[in-house]
Amino acid sequence: MIKARTDWTGLFFAAALTVVIVFPLLIVGTWAFTNVWRYPSVIPQEFGLKYWAATTARADVWTSITMSLSLASVVTLLSAVICLPAAFAFARLEFPGRNILFFSFLAGQAFPKFGLLVAIAGIFLNLNLIGTFWGVILIQLVGTLLFMIWIPVAAFQSVDRRMEEAARDVGASPLRVFWSITMPQAGPTIAAAVLLNFVGTFYETEGAWLIGAPGIRTLPVLMISFINNQPVIQYGAVLSVLLWLPSFIALLFARRIIGSGSFARGFGG
Amino acid sequence: MAVLDIKDVTKIFGGTVAVERFNLTVADGELVCLLGPSGSGKSTLLRMIGGFETATSGVIAIDGEDVTRVPPERRPTGMVFQSHALWTHMNVFKNLAFGLKLRRLPPAEIKDRVEAVLEQVGLAGYGQRQTHQLSGGQQQRVALARSLVLEPKILLLDEPFASLDQHLRERLREEVRDLQQRLKITTLFVTHGQDEALALADRIVVLRAGRSEQIDPPDVVYRAPATPFVAGFIGTMNLIDGVVEGGVFRHPGLDLAMPVADGPATLAVRPEALGIAAATSAAAVIHRVTDYGTHAIVDIDLADGLRLKAMAPDARAWAAGTAVALSPQAFAVYRDNVAIHRAGA
Repeated sequence: MIKARTDWTGLFFAAALTVVIVFPLLIVGTWAFTNVWRYPSVIPQEFGLKYWAATTARADVWTSITMSLSLASVVTLLSAVICLPAAFAFARLEFPGRNILFFSFLAGQAFPKFGLLVAIAGIFLNLNLIGTFWGVILIQLVGTLLFMIWIPVAAFQSVDRRMEEAARDVGASPLRVFWSITMPQAGPTIAAAVLLNFVGTFYETEGAWLIGAPGIRTLPVLMISFINNQPVIQYGAVLSVLLWLPSFIALLFARRIIGSGSFARGFGG
Repeated sequence: MAVLDIKDVTKIFGGTVAVERFNLTVADGELVCLLGPSGSGKSTLLRMIGGFETATSGVIAIDGEDVTRVPPERRPTGMVFQSHALWTHMNVFKNLAFGLKLRRLPPAEIKDRVEAVLEQVGLAGYGQRQTHQLSGGQQQRVALARSLVLEPKILLLDEPFASLDQHLRERLREEVRDLQQRLKITTLFVTHGQDEALALADRIVVLRAGRSEQIDPPDVVYRAPATPFVAGFIGTMNLIDGVVEGGVFRHPGLDLAMPVADGPATLAVRPEALGIAAATSAAAVIHRVTDYGTHAIVDIDLADGLRLKAMAPDARAWAAGTAVALSPQAFAVYRDNVAIHRAGA
């Protein structure tokens, strides 16, 4: 028997991650299912679903959930429609300005986002887009461009051209090759990008708040206002547990559709 | 049953000429090897026949029908790629059935034909395997079956065994040869391995920098290479530059009478045709003797530093440092890239 050596570095990182990520989650999770928890008790005096009933009874919670879901869905769909063909073009075609255009998508992420948003809000104010559904769609769409283009570009580029040629050779038209060979090969990575995009948009707060207020209230925006304005911690805690749901579902999905390695491949790994 | 005609085909990429004015007719059922170093244009030529590159000028015709500008999906050619290029998201059966499905054959017939071709390449019962579950040799067999199942008129093989180990390569080479002769399918085979070409081909096309240097059966290419390049590329060859003066080829350490006009010339002698005998002059000295059991290879240094190889029946007869006299038994003489005299072959 070979005795496994203790991986101290690994243990250190695991412990650090636990403290930084799991511990706060645990506290928030506990608060969500607490009826009474008074200082200095270490564990709550009374567990219960009292605040779940109270939170889910509120109309603004439900409208914001619907709002968040429809925003994330529309943004993801639009982003896919715009970005995937663009990604294919970036991956396969040579056109003037290709490289500069490709790297210009970084610009959206390279500058402090809030300053940019304030400036855009000024423009949107003139265009009567402030506080509207499509205003928020637009601003969130910009935020998705980078990953929805860069990841699929890597996916399309990693498809073996010989595979596509072999398909042409046995009689497939270029369009048929795309559907039967290129898409299935690049599919898992692109699915990962779409999923990331959906979750990212669902949690996006600054744009939704700056452009959307006061007409549009997403779940994260509502949570912020709960945390800021409510003396009762539980409302915020229940909402944040609700907010974990989409990322949890997304993770489950991701495990099912993303085979070994293809997720990493999307990032050039 | 197909004849391939390549007439005056030229391919230019950007500014570089990859294939220049190439001509070849491949007879029905013939297996022709395109042989050359990397960059000689052999793969480009094959890709033009398959339809993956378009000839800049010239005509490619199959059974008299001009296919020069026909896209690959409408050509009666089947290509096997070096990297096998199997579709990893499909199992073996689906890989083989894809082309048949595109031809809208009934499922029962597809199944029959796929099973028949799997049998042919020795992979019966492998239909439900995923491609990554196969060994390198099996993957290449599936790639071959994927082309054969469509019964192409012309089979194109682009260095199909280059990524396999020597032993497997030799076995698959024989399998391909057997299969090709059984099916009588017109075949072009690209390789940079001369032994592969010599073992497989009915005829060999030796390519250099986009031009054909020689198109002949293997024994002719080996025994009567048309140019010094072919002489040096196929097998081991001693190439000796010298000058002919008054009917005698002169090089330090080697004088040889030959009926050739005066002027510079290159003498080409195979190791097995280079006779050696003990001598007293120090113009040619044995550098090393390598014993292969059945024969020995003797490395000989000439006075000007040129090293020659000679084959001897017994290693024990020779020792390093011995002076020898050289007597070529069979040789060819080249001048201006053309053979001007052959003797003994």
